[in-house]
Amino acid sequence: MEILVCIKRAPDTSENEIEVNRDGTDIERDDLVYSVNEWDNYAVEEAIQIRDKVGGSVTVVTVGDEDDEEVIRREMAMGADHGILLSDETFKGSDGRGISAILKAEVEKKNYDLILTGAQADDGAGQIGGMLAAMLDRPYASLVNFIEVIDDKKIKVGREIAGGNQEMNEIDLPCVLSIQTGINEPRYVGIRGIRKVASLEIPVHTAGDLGIAPDSVGDSGARTKRLDYFVPDLGEGAEILEGSTEEIIDKLLELLKAKGGIK
Amino acid sequence: MAQQAFAYIIHKDGVPDDTALELISAARKLDPDASVAAVIAGVGAELDAVCSELVSSFSEVWKIDNQGLAYVNAEVVRSLLVRILPKDSIVLVPHEHFGMDLAPGLSIKLDAAYLPDAVDFEGVEDGKLKAVREEYTGQVSTHIHCDISQGVVITVRPGSFKADESKSAAGKIVDKTAEAMEGGLPAGARRFLEVVEAEVGDVDITKSDVLVSVGRGIEDEDNLEIIIDLAEAMGADVSCSRPIVDAKWLEKSRQVGTSGQTVKPKVYMALGISGAFQHVGGIKGAPFIIAINKNPKAPIFQVADVGIVDDILDFIPELTDRINEMKG
Repeated sequence: MEILVCIKRAPDTSENEIEVNRDGTDIERDDLVYSVNEWDNYAVEEAIQIRDKVGGSVTVVTVGDEDDEEVIRREMAMGADHGILLSDETFKGSDGRGISAILKAEVEKKNYDLILTGAQADDGAGQIGGMLAAMLDRPYASLVNFIEVIDDKKIKVGREIAGGNQEMNEIDLPCVLSIQTGINEPRYVGIRGIRKVASLEIPVHTAGDLGIAPDSVGDSGARTKRLDYFVPDLGEGAEILEGSTEEIIDKLLELLKAKGGIK
Repeated sequence: MAQQAFAYIIHKDGVPDDTALELISAARKLDPDASVAAVIAGVGAELDAVCSELVSSFSEVWKIDNQGLAYVNAEVVRSLLVRILPKDSIVLVPHEHFGMDLAPGLSIKLDAAYLPDAVDFEGVEDGKLKAVREEYTGQVSTHIHCDISQGVVITVRPGSFKADESKSAAGKIVDKTAEAMEGGLPAGARRFLEVVEAEVGDVDITKSDVLVSVGRGIEDEDNLEIIIDLAEAMGADVSCSRPIVDAKWLEKSRQVGTSGQTVKPKVYMALGISGAFQHVGGIKGAPFIIAINKNPKAPIFQVADVGIVDDILDFIPELTDRINEMKG
């Protein structure tokens, strides 16, 4: 099975406190720790497991610039066979539709049976998989937390739905799936693995290579644009207990007793 | 504004989802003069029950009635909506498991803009909608300009807009089945098989009065012990947020959130939980919420009654000791 996984480099929110910069044009990016978007990492692990079971290859692709090569290498160290960087000045400022259009052009260069994306990334939009599938006229399932290959024509997928329930579907190949966290346990990638792929050449495909009209993507093609970042004024929020740990615990115990929190 | 607004209605067992009336308020915030039509796909008596409940809230209720829609499949519904929705419509869809399945592809098929997970609107000017979204699990917000002149599909975060209970619309039910089914029910490349119900765990956290809930801040599976010890000292049950279940450290039945259990305790302690909206969406019944997190910017502090900025790995063992001392 030929599998393409669309990945994104993103600030690791478990490692960072995200703050708005002084003029609200961006988040504070100095000192941010970046990694591959968490959902995408599960998607790559799933692709590798499928390949190891039924054969084929796993390709990871991202839209970005040279900074984004590191996540391609990381996922290749994890076990992906190929990596592709889609990069062009005209791609900058693309909205979800623009990113999907760029990915579509790459997808059409080869016969992929299965295309995976993460269910969402740092911006919480969860849009690329569904848009890409619609552009390609291929079937789609979102929030996938289970995959079983039935044969080379179809697979069985589980979707996460409300209440911890799971919706099982049969879906024809080729298809697009967005992968939810928890579908597997992504393998650890060590320094040694990263070193092995450090010198690999990552092919770069430009707008010209992909036959993309410059004004259809990037800032000029975007119908949604981010104006600023801000911290909303949500009223008072929690009363923050202050003092020494002992004093805080005193107050907390009082509250817990009053509210029935300690039996 | 000449653009017609539509609200896609999620429903179950003949009852519309809470988001149905929230979408009316969302549409009004977008355009105070909007007439909002509901679009409902389903079958038979259950569908009719949903339609009659909503007819007093929407100017029109569009229904699509077909046996093949007994369990709605976003792939099928998308094709049907493309057949009936006018060009340049404003289409509002709840940002939940079905909406996320339906909406991104719908925007492509309608050649409309797509605005995911909107939490507020701040007006339309020259065909551009100014909307509010959140990024980084709610740590920061953004204003978005969205060109809606060729139509837009918007997913609206559940709970962001107050439900419009006014029932002031005196609308009518419009049967759109024939139009939607022209050419038949789309042949499904994705076929629904079954719903696998969540496994019932050893503890039913939906019945717990006091929950000690743990999140990513616990860092390591071995550290869970301090949470279990605290729960035991308090006489509470242990629940958790999604990353703990993803890591397989606790069973799925202990997960609080829109993808897990909806809980309604009296006291809820959120320990090392950032407070993503999917987690907070699973906490109902206005419990007293105590949040402990080392990140003072964690969104959980916005919904908590009391907050403590500290590392749970340091704080919790001391708290447990004090409770045990107190109990002698």
